[in-house]
Amino acid sequence: MALADGPAAGEAKVVWYNDPVVRGRIFQGLTLAFVVFLTWGIIHNTAVNLQSRNIAQGFGFLSTTAGFDIAQSLISYPQDADYGRAILVGLVNTVLVAVLGVILATIFGFIGGVARLSSNYVVRKLATSYVEIVRNVPLLLQIFFWYFGVLRVLPGPRDSIQPIPGWIFLNNRGLIMPQVTMTKLTADAMFYAVLAAIVAILVLRSVFRKLQERTGTQAPVFLISLAVLIAFPVVAYLATGAGITLTAPAKSTFNITGGTRVIPEFMALLMALAFYTGAFIAEIVRAGILAVSHGQTEAASSLGLKPNNILRLVVVPQALRVIIPPLTSQYLNLTKNSSLAVAVGYPDLVSTGGTVLNQTGQAVEVIAIWMVIYLGTSLTTSAFMNWYNAKMAIRER
Amino acid sequence: MKTKFVTAALGAVLGFAAATTASAGTLDDVKTKGFLQCGSNTGLTGFAQPDTSGNWTGLDVEMCRAIAAAIFNDPNKVKFTPLTAKERFTALQSGEVDLLVRNTTWTMSRDTSLGLKFAGVNYYDGQGFMVRKSLNVTSALNLSGASVCVQTGTTTELNLADFFRSKGMKYEPVVFEKSDEVNKAYDSGRCDAFTTDASGLYSERLKMTNPGDHIVLPEIISKEPLGPLVRQGDDAWFNVVKWTLNAMLTAEELGVTKANVDEMLNSTNPDIRRLLGKEGKYGEGIGLSNAWAYQIVKHVGNYGESFERTVGQGSPLKIARGVNALWSKGGLMYAPPIR
Repeated sequence: MALADGPAAGEAKVVWYNDPVVRGRIFQGLTLAFVVFLTWGIIHNTAVNLQSRNIAQGFGFLSTTAGFDIAQSLISYPQDADYGRAILVGLVNTVLVAVLGVILATIFGFIGGVARLSSNYVVRKLATSYVEIVRNVPLLLQIFFWYFGVLRVLPGPRDSIQPIPGWIFLNNRGLIMPQVTMTKLTADAMFYAVLAAIVAILVLRSVFRKLQERTGTQAPVFLISLAVLIAFPVVAYLATGAGITLTAPAKSTFNITGGTRVIPEFMALLMALAFYTGAFIAEIVRAGILAVSHGQTEAASSLGLKPNNILRLVVVPQALRVIIPPLTSQYLNLTKNSSLAVAVGYPDLVSTGGTVLNQTGQAVEVIAIWMVIYLGTSLTTSAFMNWYNAKMAIRER
Repeated sequence: MKTKFVTAALGAVLGFAAATTASAGTLDDVKTKGFLQCGSNTGLTGFAQPDTSGNWTGLDVEMCRAIAAAIFNDPNKVKFTPLTAKERFTALQSGEVDLLVRNTTWTMSRDTSLGLKFAGVNYYDGQGFMVRKSLNVTSALNLSGASVCVQTGTTTELNLADFFRSKGMKYEPVVFEKSDEVNKAYDSGRCDAFTTDASGLYSERLKMTNPGDHIVLPEIISKEPLGPLVRQGDDAWFNVVKWTLNAMLTAEELGVTKANVDEMLNSTNPDIRRLLGKEGKYGEGIGLSNAWAYQIVKHVGNYGESFERTVGQGSPLKIARGVNALWSKGGLMYAPPIR
């Protein structure tokens, strides 16, 4: 009887507060409560102190008229736009420079990384110099280099460099290209043509894969895809009456007016970010390629694969597994480093937010907005890269 | 061990809550630490700029020195914190500086929503434009389509937008955080025009590679009353700053100068006797000695002297008194009577 009612054999009877599970929960609960209390304390303390110092607080300022202008805006920014809109314009500018920066840095990085492993002495040493110089000079100095050293010394608007005379102007106010205007019909048609091309490519690829599995014949998939991607929009363009007009920029009293303009602040920031991050990515790529054992290359070679195919089908897919996680960090760094834009006056999130902060005096709120936005952008990038990483991970078959 | 940590952390949280709510008067704080911490411009000729030997000079700097003279009888008991336009208000709000004298425009929103108070006006300014002579522009109304360099976080940036908007003209703003960066951008040709307060334009022009190549356009597009600021809710300190400025103006009005202030101590003019502390206890009313105004004039001088020395005829800027003359000479400078 006693045996049936008591604890099972070998299990000592413990008081509840000595039970590791209960204890664990209690301490976790206490920690959580402490963190919540701390957060509440900071928020409450800030609010009370701002109140007692008669400093305005709350996010109401976001819907009042900003009254200042922003040099570059991809979304409409009317003159009576509010502070919220100004911050949004800054965010769009940050995203623009970050996305283009990531693309360029990846290209520079892959070229640099592969070139460092090249068997050609000159190429290898050039790549090494690029990586070692760019990686070891502070980013801010590089932004200044591009801005003051490269773009500022370009001629003024009246003596612009004109790679295509009358159409493209390059001067210390930026790069001015013709304005592209499309008729609604052409724009729509070309948009759907691109969509159709993508669908067609996906279909073609699966057809070709099946063909290869059945007969072993390889079709030039890449070239055909490229042809489809170009041909579809061109056909759409011609079919809708060639509704694209280019308006050339014209010289005016001060500047060159009309046309699409890329401001030098943007170019300087983009180049600096792309080259700087590219150097780090080059090292990551090199590490990734070296991590694939030489036996793999030899095995592929002995199977009769061409060098190009060895790289594309054997080395790169395996290298990517090593490359992607550190690559994510570089993308995140690039996005966050774009906040150095303020040094050259590019209206990014920090720059426009700083103006808002100063005009309204609401430092706490603006800084909170900055933190939330950067955190959000970084987490989104991370999530995407993690998904891509999972996709590239080894799959057991 | 764990409980000790939690207790300490709780104590820290409660402690900082308590510490930040308590605040002694700024005047007492300044007296205790023995010097005045003054927020100033990072470098604007005539207003606040360190000279070759590292001494700060300028109209705003002398305002700080006058307050130090009133409190300590020593104009050198001041430490300067150079601040950008963007940093200035936060630095004052957080107590990093005791007062801000940084050619800051008095506006309603700054006076009411920042928890700060303007203690007077030490320079009446207005915004203007500077362009290259070679552009052959004679009026700001001809600036449509121009790129304009401007410092961020200033009223200048807002006036600029208003001006172009009201005239239906287009422009490209090129904004930088520091005035040096704005200057460099304009000088290197990034912008067609440079805009800031008119006094600032004359001062920045001196820093250009070829100052003679630039002209200041005649239009003044805004009112920019520049003055010292203090934190709101500290009336004693507010009074010290406000009355230091008033004492300098009163001294000029009464003809009391740095050179003759000792003779003036024997004056029979009751206004002068009250100013210099020979009659009444006006200094004590603001928590200082009765010789406060004597000390200001003795060490720094009256407003007119300070003006001419820093931005007027005795300086490279050579700015005329204009609206900054005393009310009795057709200007706007008017101090309430000391009595």
